[in-house]
Amino acid sequence: MLFGVLFTFMEELSVLIGGKAGDGINSAGMVVAHLFNRMGYRVYMYFDYPSLIKGGHNFAIVRAAKEKIGAHRSQVDFILALNQDTIDFHQDMVHGKTVALYDRSKVRAEGVGIDLAQILKEENAPPVMGNSCIIGAFAKAAGIEWKVIEEVFARQVPKALSLNLRVARRGFDGARECCRIATLTSSALPVISGNEAIGLGLIHGGLDAYVAYPMTPTSNILHFMAEVAESHDMLVFHPENEIAVMMMALGLGYAGKRTAVGTSGGGFCLMTEGLSLSGMSEIPVVVVLGQRAGPSTGMPTYTAQSDLQFALHAGQGEFPRLVVAPGDAEQAYAWSDLSLQLSWKYQVPAVILCDKTLCEGFYSFSRPDFKIPRIGLPPGASPGPAYARYHLSENGVSPMLAPPRQDTVIKVNGYTHDQSGITTEKADIAALMSEKRQKKGTALAGEISSLNPVVVDGDTGTDTALICWGSTTGVCREVAAVLGLRLVQPIVLSPLPEKVLQDALRGTDRQIVIEENAEGQLAMLLARHGIRPDSHIRRYDGRPFTVEELEARAREVLA
Amino acid sequence: MNARDLITGAQNTWCPGCGNFVIQFALKNTIAALGKEGVDTDRIVLVTGIGCHAKMADYLNINSFYSIHGRTLPVATAIKMANPELVVIACAGDGDCYAEGLDHLVFAAKRNTDITLLVHNNRVYGLTTGQYTPTSPLGFRGRSTPSGTVEEPFNPLEIMLASGATFVARGCTRRMDLLQRTIMEGIRHPGFAFIDVLQVCASYFNLSDYYERSVYEIRDHDERDFEAACRKAREWDYNTDAPIGLGTIYRAERPTLEERLSAVRGTETDREATIRNVLEKRT
Ligand SMILES: Cc1ncc(C[n+]2csc(CCOP(=O)(O)OP(=O)(O)O)c2C)c(N)n1
Ligand code: SF4
Ligand SMILES: [Mg+2]
Repeated sequence: MLFGVLFTFMEELSVLIGGKAGDGINSAGMVVAHLFNRMGYRVYMYFDYPSLIKGGHNFAIVRAAKEKIGAHRSQVDFILALNQDTIDFHQDMVHGKTVALYDRSKVRAEGVGIDLAQILKEENAPPVMGNSCIIGAFAKAAGIEWKVIEEVFARQVPKALSLNLRVARRGFDGARECCRIATLTSSALPVISGNEAIGLGLIHGGLDAYVAYPMTPTSNILHFMAEVAESHDMLVFHPENEIAVMMMALGLGYAGKRTAVGTSGGGFCLMTEGLSLSGMSEIPVVVVLGQRAGPSTGMPTYTAQSDLQFALHAGQGEFPRLVVAPGDAEQAYAWSDLSLQLSWKYQVPAVILCDKTLCEGFYSFSRPDFKIPRIGLPPGASPGPAYARYHLSENGVSPMLAPPRQDTVIKVNGYTHDQSGITTEKADIAALMSEKRQKKGTALAGEISSLNPVVVDGDTGTDTALICWGSTTGVCREVAAVLGLRLVQPIVLSPLPEKVLQDALRGTDRQIVIEENAEGQLAMLLARHGIRPDSHIRRYDGRPFTVEELEARAREVLA
Repeated sequence: MNARDLITGAQNTWCPGCGNFVIQFALKNTIAALGKEGVDTDRIVLVTGIGCHAKMADYLNINSFYSIHGRTLPVATAIKMANPELVVIACAGDGDCYAEGLDHLVFAAKRNTDITLLVHNNRVYGLTTGQYTPTSPLGFRGRSTPSGTVEEPFNPLEIMLASGATFVARGCTRRMDLLQRTIMEGIRHPGFAFIDVLQVCASYFNLSDYYERSVYEIRDHDERDFEAACRKAREWDYNTDAPIGLGTIYRAERPTLEERLSAVRGTETDREATIRNVLEKRT
């Protein structure tokens, strides 16, 4: 590792900060991200932690670049070590110029050692402030001015600001400058998690209620919404289990409240009977399904894209559904908003399919509001004795009313029902009602095709395309740019916008599907629609691809 | 809404002699009586599970949510949370509410949601043609237990008292007037009202004569005394012979879920302001 002062102006930079669970590594990573944000960089943060509360090894990788990014690299320029594991476990991420800053009272390493125990004792500060101290040291080492720290701490460190600053200053003064990061001219952007982007998008789309039972990686949506609801007029509720979550969402929907629920695969299993009821009763609901490595409890805090087929097929019987897979914070925001709107217009369940990488990753975020269309509702019904909840209309969508309405009986039903919502087993009505539901799916598909449901990026003139979905979009975008490939990312996966997707792939004779699962679940879906990519890159160890890893895998495939 | 026909045109498929007719009649009369008192029928929502009992949703000409097996209560709770102006009544089966969805029952009592639950307790699965339920007596020969059950029943009243229910009552389809009065009391009760209705199943567990012999109307009982309520609830264990008291066993007042929720609820309604505020903090 490097010693002596080196003045380099770096325009892209990666920092790894690690410690044991309970050291506040996630918040420390966020502070580092905000230092870069203040200096005009676009940031991305990956947080890696085992499923435990105290002990174990946690680390965050903060990457800063000139352009928006959504992936981390295989190597880092700085390592901030609060425990020995941070040095020992990440040797493969070190390059010739990596600088290590470490807590000399606990860690043996080469680089810049700071005696955190001593400093904290002298400042009479609690152990958790160790990360402020190491961040101070890092700022000095990276040539970041002290006033940037002051600014960022003032905004991002909510408690004991002056003590935190004092401790950080000791770190700052105890280190030496190793390089100098250029300050860019762009202004700071909000840095938010994928979970927060989803929550904000739902709120923008008109959300009235959020119901969830905690489960990684979407628990933080519940926490975020609960916090927002302290000031914003919104119902946030955490009931006894996911079955209740889903059934409450349907009760709220019946009463006219736009409702979303959040969970991961295990919780979604419990919701499927209610999902099917949503399909039959035509009560809208939005499900945020955050994938993690399964099957079963799997690796709760690690990522996967292995619930696509589950999301597409969950629930008994046949009914249309919307499934969207956003790839970054902006898409998460826009498509959460759109999912809620579309779910209400077509009275179908919608699934926002995300994963640990997107949910718990942090991104520089600019609001894409201006691009998000307002979908509107189908023509309203007039209340009165003639009202029929399941009135047969041309496109299958019936006017929806919520009780109480004068002289109006509003009946919803999970049995096969007639237009007024009363149970029937008559063959002709059963067939008509099935066709009604199918028609809604067709109408939904029609509207989807006008909403840019497939993103095309990279070099559109080449004959080779990477096809990806969900959170791998960020890493695929970079790899496509480096290798000069076209990138095709279907955001809507049900109803699959077949024609738009074929247009996006037109002119390619080589297609490589990138997925973080073992069975090739997107490839299966594409095959059902007549698209048969010839190459596949898959990963299923719970870790997201880094830029370099994916680039190497893609080169192998292309060779 | 003004006087309307409270019965739909749906064909009724309950067996002749089924106690569900009595519950339907009592409920219809109660709704009509509420209407006379000024409780708009348009404001009433019925939530049902799945089972013979649940057909009530098809038969009563009022707002209804015909839900799935075991899940009446989360739906009913949510409708009440969404709009506390609504009068929410849930009709559940004993299989529905004591087996498939017992968790929700305990939580509805714990939360004290202002809804009224009628459990059509025929002590058998009617619609699936006669299997034992959590309140079938020990040794009950049902189609899944041809040699008799090997479990004692539990006492739903005790469960409700232990879970914090603020209104606990029992009715019987052999005593319609009393049942109707009890339902009215339950609906008027500001909080979770639980009514276990001993319902005769004519086809799979006809206890008409037994109930005729055993039931009595509870009098001279202090329904505000929790200990007395526990004693009253334990008088009959749903298993061995004992007098079966009908009427209100326990009543208490506690803030409802909806009241507590509205007390902590935020007031900002401008979505734009909320979003901007969050993003500002994250910059
Ligand atoms: C999840 C689920 N499991 C099983 C069933 C089948 N099923 C329908 S009704 C019923 C039991 C009904 O018994 P109860 O709730 O006591 O109602 P009753 O018919 O006696 O009124 C069962 C098991 C179902 N509909 N859903
Ligand atoms: S099976 Fe029993 S509960 Fe069901 S309708 Fe017949 S008599 Fe009534
Ligand atoms: Mg029953």
